[in-house]
Amino acid sequence: MTTAAAPIRAKQRPGDRVFSKSAVFAGSMILVTLAAVATFLIVQSIPAFVADGEDASILDTNFWAYVGPLVFGTIWAAALALLIALPISIGIALFISHYAPRRLASALGYVVDLLAAVPSVVFGLWGIGVLAPAVQPLYSWLVDNLGWFPLFAGPVSGTGRTILTAALVLAVMIIPIITAISREVFLQTPVLHEEAALALGATRWEMIRTAVLPFGRPGIISAAVLGLGRALGETMAVAMVLSATGAITFELLTSVNPSTIAANIALSFPEAYGINVNVLIATGLILFIVTFAVNAIARWIVARRAEFSGAN
Amino acid sequence: MTTTITPPETRGPAAAPVSNSLTAGKLPNGAPWMVLGASLLVSAGLFGVIALSGAEFNWVGTFVVAAIIYVATITLLSRIVEGGRRSTDRFVTALVTGAFLLAMIPLISLSITVVTFGLNRFDVEFFTYSMRNVTGEGGGALHAIIGTVLMTGTAALISIPIGLMTSIYLVEYGRGRLARGITFLVDVMTGIPSIVAGLFAYALFAIFWGPGTRTGIAGAVALAVLMIPVVVRSSEEMLRLVPVELREAAYALGVPKWLTIVKVVLPTSIAGITTGIMLSIARVIGETAPLLIAAGFTNSVNYDMTEGRMQSLPVFVYTQYANQGNPPEAYLDRAWAAALTLILIVMVLNLVARLVARFFAPKYGR
Amino acid sequence: MNLKRFAAPAVIAMTAALALSSCAANEGGSGDSGSDSTLSGNLVGAGASSQDSAQQAWIAGFQTANPDVTIDYDPSGSGAGRDTFLSGASDYAGSDRAFNDEEIAEGGFAKCAPDTSVVELPLYISPIAVIFNLEGVDSLDLDPATIAGIFAGDITNWNDEAIAATNEGVELPDLAITPVHRSDDSGTTENFTDYLGAAAPDVWTYEADGVWPFEGGEGAQGTSGVVDAVTNGTGTIGYADASRAGDLGTVAVGVGGEFVEYSPEAAAAIVDASPFVEGRDEHDLAIELDRTSEEAGVYPIVLVSYLIACQEYAEPENVELVKAYLSYIASPEGQDVAAESAGSAPISDSLREKVTAAIDSIQ
Repeated sequence: MTTAAAPIRAKQRPGDRVFSKSAVFAGSMILVTLAAVATFLIVQSIPAFVADGEDASILDTNFWAYVGPLVFGTIWAAALALLIALPISIGIALFISHYAPRRLASALGYVVDLLAAVPSVVFGLWGIGVLAPAVQPLYSWLVDNLGWFPLFAGPVSGTGRTILTAALVLAVMIIPIITAISREVFLQTPVLHEEAALALGATRWEMIRTAVLPFGRPGIISAAVLGLGRALGETMAVAMVLSATGAITFELLTSVNPSTIAANIALSFPEAYGINVNVLIATGLILFIVTFAVNAIARWIVARRAEFSGAN
Repeated sequence: MTTTITPPETRGPAAAPVSNSLTAGKLPNGAPWMVLGASLLVSAGLFGVIALSGAEFNWVGTFVVAAIIYVATITLLSRIVEGGRRSTDRFVTALVTGAFLLAMIPLISLSITVVTFGLNRFDVEFFTYSMRNVTGEGGGALHAIIGTVLMTGTAALISIPIGLMTSIYLVEYGRGRLARGITFLVDVMTGIPSIVAGLFAYALFAIFWGPGTRTGIAGAVALAVLMIPVVVRSSEEMLRLVPVELREAAYALGVPKWLTIVKVVLPTSIAGITTGIMLSIARVIGETAPLLIAAGFTNSVNYDMTEGRMQSLPVFVYTQYANQGNPPEAYLDRAWAAALTLILIVMVLNLVARLVARFFAPKYGR
Repeated sequence: MNLKRFAAPAVIAMTAALALSSCAANEGGSGDSGSDSTLSGNLVGAGASSQDSAQQAWIAGFQTANPDVTIDYDPSGSGAGRDTFLSGASDYAGSDRAFNDEEIAEGGFAKCAPDTSVVELPLYISPIAVIFNLEGVDSLDLDPATIAGIFAGDITNWNDEAIAATNEGVELPDLAITPVHRSDDSGTTENFTDYLGAAAPDVWTYEADGVWPFEGGEGAQGTSGVVDAVTNGTGTIGYADASRAGDLGTVAVGVGGEFVEYSPEAAAAIVDASPFVEGRDEHDLAIELDRTSEEAGVYPIVLVSYLIACQEYAEPENVELVKAYLSYIASPEGQDVAAESAGSAPISDSLREKVTAAIDSIQ
């Protein structure tokens, strides 16, 4: 803001120089870190790309055949989780921002944030010990009565540790993330817009539909994507809860489920050696690329929306 | 005839109902509660009859059916009395409240599970013993608590200066390609899956100390990689909230830019920044996968960040669960107690962050 | 004002200081235990996670008797353990399989004296129980072909004739079978699939592998995951370390026309009934497990995990320590400690003789 073509240049003080240099240095550290992560991932992955079943015992034919089902499982589980979590999160965010009594709102927000405070291992323990046995009867019922629907095809899992349960756990984990951001955005809706809508006789829902949601849409999208990114990379909870067998299937309630990349790394890394380690790191690279692509798409959507809606 | 208080139907065409939110009928204030109570009773009655036939009383079913009855009744009732628009509003209100209550279920279930199981071993021994030479019952998590504090602390020492200075650069100095690039890279970094950060730190330190090395510092680096983008993000938001007028006022008084930042911008936003940092610590303190890979696990106390494996609370939970010995209950109790400890730590951090935000918020009006 | 910026680190530093000032109550200095041990030093081992519980128990026992000794066992996995030992980064290895003939021929063990080989000791024998969760049924008699059929997905219901044939008088429900297997890479799976392939080659056509070889059945992480899945499920069956079977129903396995419940003695018996791998050095006690043994009272589904050390170390400094530690493990006391904490089967006296001779030969 001071660099405009001003005729008088401000004197550069030594303090200024040191401070701005260190700021630039810190910024570059991020560059260096990322470059290091990327370099390491790529270098370590190269042996895996050319390896076949002979070199690495966990490969059947080649790397791509190995990583394919994992990519599918990762995206499928995360998408399911988002599908469950997004409507609920928007509901919670609206409840806290526009429905709950004012005094309670921040306390309720804190309560939801508490969910984010639970470490993923604990979610894993809870998923195995409480959630899976609790939903198993429901799954049996679904398979018995709605088995004609392809997603609910049997045979039902005897333990409830299916991809749907994993997605439920993931949903619970990302709800606080999506809620927190949406809530903030909803609260920032210009009060004048809201009051104008109410003054015109709109009901509370109509006010929300016409004033709050359009304003918050970019925020909701970026929140959803942040949640999706978290769900894609979530490791321990999935590794512990999911009965992973590596098949590609859309069926939600059977014992045969695709694994996810992150969970697979956690499961196989402890016993991995030799070229198997490279294979696992290469799957990590793929996961990195997938999350990166998701983030990029989201940023693009938000940027486009922001131009048109005039919000922010 | 005193029984017909309501006006008779045949009052002529002049009183044709004009649907208007101001003149349309309105349900009494207590109506939703009454409907809710009635729905619960009906549902309970329904399941009570089923339970009579020998089956166990189905609590979950009761509440689910009650919720469905409630939503249907209140919408229908409102449609009849209040008209379509209000009925939609009631419907959405019920849904939104329902969403909130739905999210409370896992939270309550989790809290009950963690507290009931966790309290079994939430004793003095748990906080004063490590697992060295302990098999079976007894033992504690002191080594894990120390490891968590050391590694998270080191991660914070690495990432707070870098993150804060980067956000200052982005907000106060950054122009053009480098700034855009860094913004972009911070976004990318936010997307690094935690397990990839662990793999990275593991491989990085394998270069210096040889393959297979797992140290506390490697764990700290993995956590820092995850923490930096969060710190940058939240601090950036907070710095941008500082009104430009404050900076310009400082410049106009001849204050150097760096002093303006240190003396004006940072103090104004310090509450938000601290909150962001606290939350980022809370975010990484529960990370399991990267620490499992980068720092490994051990049964003994280790204060040396650069030598030997270091246990941490989340990994302790995991290893106690995954490598149960005999008797398994002792291991599970320790796992739950550690989970409880971990959640309490994160809760306290969150609470402190909020208090900081409240008490140190800038004094200028909004 | 600047002070506030450091509030967060300050809080952490204070907490850290508090935590650091205290010391674990069970980790004291040495010398107060009144031990007359003269051994001291550091020993590093790495390898199979299956023997981790046992290693922790052995380390605890050995360190208590020898307070100046610190032993670290890194449960990084059998493959990694062999690699670490090969590269010389560890003093001994734990492995769910012995080095194979090619690896022995290739040699190049960095910690050992040039051109010397290794000592492989089968000191951790862990029976693998086939566990199931079926209301009202505590035990089932199943022959190998039936077990293989269940896990391969050919037998899908508990009232299948193959199961009923060997279980007269047991009321078998009309219930789908959910076979549970390990979803992680493990020695338990490798030994279990090896057994299925050897005992029921017609039904089980997959090769022995640490990773479950086909898509089917239910996967669960680790022993605990399998036990939890079987316990919480209905009509589930799985395989896990016998020590963790708990209250679950267990399968008596068909061996030579009889059905044998797992027991430490029966598990140790299979090791005695099996020959040593041919063509090895005198003290390389690698065993060729005879899964199809028909001897009476032999339980064939076991995991045998080895402790591997150099026959002759290049540096003499740790030789005494290695020998003392291995001797402790092989002693009846050491084997009992492992049996108690890890549920392993103590080795027989005849095997102990050979092991002791092998340990004495280490230089």
